[in-house]
Amino acid sequence: MTERPRVHIDPDKCQGHARCKALAPELFELDEYGNAREAGDGLVPPGLEDKAWLAKSNCPEIAIDVIEE
Amino acid sequence: MSDVSQPAAHPPVTDWVNDFDHTDPQWTDDPFPIWEELRAASPVVHTERFLGCYMPTTYQAVREIANNTEHFSSRRIIVRDVRSEVARNAAPPITSDPPVHKPAKQLLLPPFTPDAMKKLEPRMRAICNELIDGFIADGKVDAAARYSKYIPVRAIAHMLGIPERDSDLFINWIHMILELGIKDETKLLEAVHEMSDYFRTHIEERRSRPTEDLISYLMNAKDKEGQPLEESHVLGSLRLLLIAGIDTTWSAIGSSLWHLARTPADRERLISEPELIPTAVEELLRAYSPVTMAREVVKETTISGCPVKAGNMVLLSFPAANRDPKMFPDADKVVIDRQENRHAAFGLGIHRCVGSNLARMEMQVALEEWLKRIPDFRLDPAGTVTWSQGTVRGPRQLPFLLGKAM
Ligand code: SF4
Repeated sequence: MTERPRVHIDPDKCQGHARCKALAPELFELDEYGNAREAGDGLVPPGLEDKAWLAKSNCPEIAIDVIEE
Repeated sequence: MSDVSQPAAHPPVTDWVNDFDHTDPQWTDDPFPIWEELRAASPVVHTERFLGCYMPTTYQAVREIANNTEHFSSRRIIVRDVRSEVARNAAPPITSDPPVHKPAKQLLLPPFTPDAMKKLEPRMRAICNELIDGFIADGKVDAAARYSKYIPVRAIAHMLGIPERDSDLFINWIHMILELGIKDETKLLEAVHEMSDYFRTHIEERRSRPTEDLISYLMNAKDKEGQPLEESHVLGSLRLLLIAGIDTTWSAIGSSLWHLARTPADRERLISEPELIPTAVEELLRAYSPVTMAREVVKETTISGCPVKAGNMVLLSFPAANRDPKMFPDADKVVIDRQENRHAAFGLGIHRCVGSNLARMEMQVALEEWLKRIPDFRLDPAGTVTWSQGTVRGPRQLPFLLGKAM
C-alpha cells in the first residue's frame, strides 16, 4: 500500500539544469554529466512533498512529474 | 584599448513590430517595453534587417524553436549583418546540430557539474574579496568595470589554466566578437584568429608539460571512436568556453547589483535572510537574463501559428521569454522570493548552457561577498549607467556610491 507520491524524471527531456537537485537534494541525484535521476525508488518521504512539487515547477525542461498513486 | 569603441550604427527604428533591431540604442537602453509591444503584435515578428530575421516573443514560441533542431540549425548562433560561410568546428557543441552535438557536449559536461563547481567556490570568494579590497576605501566605484567584469573572466581563466592577468586581453576579444563583430566582420575575424593563436601556444606548451586544467582535459579527450579530438575541435571548444564564460556572467552579476542598488528593500531582505540568495539569483536571472542566442531557419515551418521561411535568422530571445506574463505572473516585477520559476535564462533543450552551474555559483558568491562587505550602496547620480549591445545584455558602466547616503 502506498499513498506517497513518487517523483519521475523523463531522461529524454532532462538537460541537466540541476534545478531539481538544488531544490530537493534528498529526492534527486546527478550523474557524471550533471543529468538527473530519481534518488532510490523515487518515493517521496513524508514531509518532502512540497520540495517535490517545487522541483517539478522549476524544471525548465518540464522533465519532472510528481505521480500521486 | 578598443574596449570603449562602439559598434557602427544602423538607421534608427521607427516601426518596432515590422522593422525591429536589437542593436538600436533604444533597445540597448531599455528593451522591456519593446518586447511587450512585439509580443502584443505576434508570437513571432520579423524584420528585414540582418538579411531577414525572426524573433519569437513568447515563452511558448521560444521553447518550440529551441526544441526543434530539424528546422532550426545552430550553425550560426549570433545574428549579424553578414552571413559568411559557416566554419567547421566554430565553437562546438554550441554551433553543432544533432547528431554530432551530443558527443561534443558530453565531453564538456563533467568539468561543470555542481560538485565540480563546489570545489571552485573558495577560489571565487577569494577573487571577489580581492576585487572589493581594491576599491572599498574609495567610497565610490564603477561596479561593472572593477567588480562584475573580473569575476567570471578570472574564474574561466583559472579553469582553462591560462593566466588571470591576461583578463583584459580576453575581454577585448569578446567585445570584438560579440559586439563590434555584429556589424564588422574584420573585427570578428581578427579576434577569433588572435584567440586561436593564443590557445595554440598553450596547447604546444602542454605537450611537453601536461597540466590539470581544461586545456589538457580537452587535449586528452577521446571522441566516440576512441580517437583524440581534431585540433580544430579542441580550439573551437576552448574558444567557446572563453567567449561564453565571460560577459554572460559579468552581465548577470552587474544587472543584479544594479537592481539591488535601486531597490533597498530587496537588498535589506537579502542581508537579513542570506539563505534567500539562491532563490533571488534565479529571479534576477529571469528578470535580467543576459543571453540571446540565434538559430538559422533551414526548413520552412510554423511556430505558434506563424509561418517561418528558410534562409532567415532567428533571434532566440530567452530574455523576452522570461518576461512573458502568460508564463510568469507579474513578469515585469522582480519578486526575489518567487517560488515557481521555470526561467529560460540558460536556454532550453539540447543547447542548455554548459556553464550554468558555474554561472549560478559565481552569482551567488559575488552577491554574498558584496553584501557582506558593502551592505549600503546606490547609483551615483553624477555618473551614467551604460549597457552592452547585441547578444549579451548587461551594464558596462555601473557607477555606485558606497556606504549610507548622507
Ligand atoms: S531540473 Fe529538470 S532538466 Fe534539470 S536536471 Fe532536473 S530534471 Fe533535469
